[in-house]
Amino acid sequence: MDGGAATPLILFPTCVMEAMAPAIGDAVVRTLRDRGFEPSIPPDATCCGQPAWNAGHPHEAATVARTTLTALADAPPGPICVPAGSCATMMRVYWPELFRRVGDERAEAAAVDLADRIVEFTRLVAAADGDDEDGRAPREGAVAYHHSCHMLRELHIRDEPLALLDDAGYTVAEWADDERCCGFGGLFSVKEPEISVAMADEKIDGLPIGEIEALVGSDLSCLLQLEGRMRRRGIELPVRHIAELLDPSGPADGR
Amino acid sequence: MADDLRTRAKEALADPGLHEALARATDRFVEIRRAGDDVANLDALKRAARWQRHRVMERLPEVLERFADAVGEAGGVVHWAADAAEANDIVRDLATRHAVRTVVKSKSMLTEEIGLNEALEAAGIDVVETDLGEWIVQLAGDRPSHILGPAIHYTRERVAELFSARAGEELPPDPEVLCAYARASLRERFLEADMGISGCNFGVAETGTVVLVTNEGNGRMVTSVPPVHVVVMGMERIVETWDQLDLMMTLLPRSATGQQLSVYTTQVTGPRRDGEIDGPDELHVVIVDNGRSDVLGTGSHEMLHCIRCSACLNVCPVYRQIGGHAYGSVYSGPMGAVLTPLLDPSPATTELANASSLCSACHEVCPVGIPLQDLLLLRRADNAAGGAPAAFRAWAKVWSRPAGYRASIAAIQAGARHVPETFVPSAWVEGRIVPRPRGRGSLRERLARGEI
Ligand code: SF4
Repeated sequence: MDGGAATPLILFPTCVMEAMAPAIGDAVVRTLRDRGFEPSIPPDATCCGQPAWNAGHPHEAATVARTTLTALADAPPGPICVPAGSCATMMRVYWPELFRRVGDERAEAAAVDLADRIVEFTRLVAAADGDDEDGRAPREGAVAYHHSCHMLRELHIRDEPLALLDDAGYTVAEWADDERCCGFGGLFSVKEPEISVAMADEKIDGLPIGEIEALVGSDLSCLLQLEGRMRRRGIELPVRHIAELLDPSGPADGR
Repeated sequence: MADDLRTRAKEALADPGLHEALARATDRFVEIRRAGDDVANLDALKRAARWQRHRVMERLPEVLERFADAVGEAGGVVHWAADAAEANDIVRDLATRHAVRTVVKSKSMLTEEIGLNEALEAAGIDVVETDLGEWIVQLAGDRPSHILGPAIHYTRERVAELFSARAGEELPPDPEVLCAYARASLRERFLEADMGISGCNFGVAETGTVVLVTNEGNGRMVTSVPPVHVVVMGMERIVETWDQLDLMMTLLPRSATGQQLSVYTTQVTGPRRDGEIDGPDELHVVIVDNGRSDVLGTGSHEMLHCIRCSACLNVCPVYRQIGGHAYGSVYSGPMGAVLTPLLDPSPATTELANASSLCSACHEVCPVGIPLQDLLLLRRADNAAGGAPAAFRAWAKVWSRPAGYRASIAAIQAGARHVPETFVPSAWVEGRIVPRPRGRGSLRERLARGEI
């Protein structure tokens, strides 16, 4: 983007991205810059607490989430971009309830104040996607898009990622199972591994494999589940976070 | 039946025909339900329904008293049963008093919950299920696997085999032939029955009316042909007024089968009156608690709002894989995973809270707005009330400190690059290859140093 100073933006990268896919973090940063933002990560932010919350351990979840909440509340004002639908849901939808559950009124109030600032990555980018398309080489090719559950049903984000892919020049292929759960579900995949795998298999079996060059999604945990299962079954289809397809410098592997 | 969820789930997953039958049946339910999205203000209706259910549950004892009085005024007799044993005793005593030999039943999940058939059969009474799906399941000595379609785990070929064995002749797997056979066989049983037992979709307190919704017409036969009609109703299956019933009846058939109205909506107010041609001589209504009042006033009370439409089962990706039997209870899918341990808290039922990936599809579709995944989370939290496992406590300690978090992220990344199998539980790794990390180093440090 040329002209005008970049808008400072808080980025909450998520633990899964930092641990398992820092290169996708680069793609997120470059995409945000391309759309006129200058992201920074608050040094004291850790994790949103979701793993413990979903497992039924609100106290442990709150202990971790409180650290992140404080770090974000102390950061400069403005939107907080989260490149994962489920973490964005945890922070935006569940944090107030989490802190209420453990009786921490101050954190609850802070979480309520913060909720409106939490914006999932594709929603932020789609809203910022202005008239300036220069310098972005149009891409082509067909992909399948996995709608992750919380992003779709709790944040009600469905059209934004599809529009972004379309704008970038990709065709999103028909995939009957695109809105069905991938079977990850955090601890669910550990406690009920067989059901979890069966759920992934049904989704994978429905993929129009020959027609697409990648499976794309906005939640790394779902993508790790689907990629992990496909590799176990010997299916080599590339799996991409949407930021990699929006990245002005193109998808890089870096594995 | 195996007593843990994972074993039962594995058995279900290993059954080759099951998944196909389930996927076909639930897809069909979901597809036909879309036709029920015909009302323009569906979301507003759902919100209104949620509020109405709240209003009734808040004053449940009072509303039930009103209902009981009205049933009495209409000439019926109300019985109160605190638990399954009491309910079964009441019905068996009624049967004994009337020298009943044959009972015809319309579909009722509550009677499955309390084991009424077994109790009556133990007293030498012949019990005949007359809902087609229930009849299939009964003939096979099986159990319902879905609250609306008890036999959805059966293919029509399986049904043809069952019916052929009973008929003593070969019947083709043609739904019309099979239905005709069932109709003819059941008609005989209706005529010889001394007692009809039905469930209850809604009791209407202002008039003491029992409302039944069916698509096969068997409900009408059960409630009008035999001389005695016994309604077995859960204490939460009640609305206060016909206005409320109107709202529920707008939502129930639409959510269940995408119908604007079920084929038969039967309204029973008292036994046969003078001058009426049909109807029973006696009407008894057994109002069953069986754990329900323990749920009232708790954080899970909204589960009592359920109108048993089955929409949440049909959209549930877990139910779709394992079917109803794997839940080990008459109630399955998301509503079963919440309700079963509430009604019957035991080590065997508490683990049902894990039978969900928390995908929210159930909450989205529930016509009375029950936040099923929040209730599942609540169950998980209750199950862990004794304290989180050591791993979670250690995790919380380390990840609440930024330095500890950064060190673990580096360690996980290194581990995933070199020996992923060692830090991920083995069952996970069996099904999946842990992907290698994409990129290396600390994202936040590289960003802070201007390296991106
Ligand atoms: S919980 Fe809701 S969706 Fe599920 S059966 Fe009950 S009313 Fe229907």
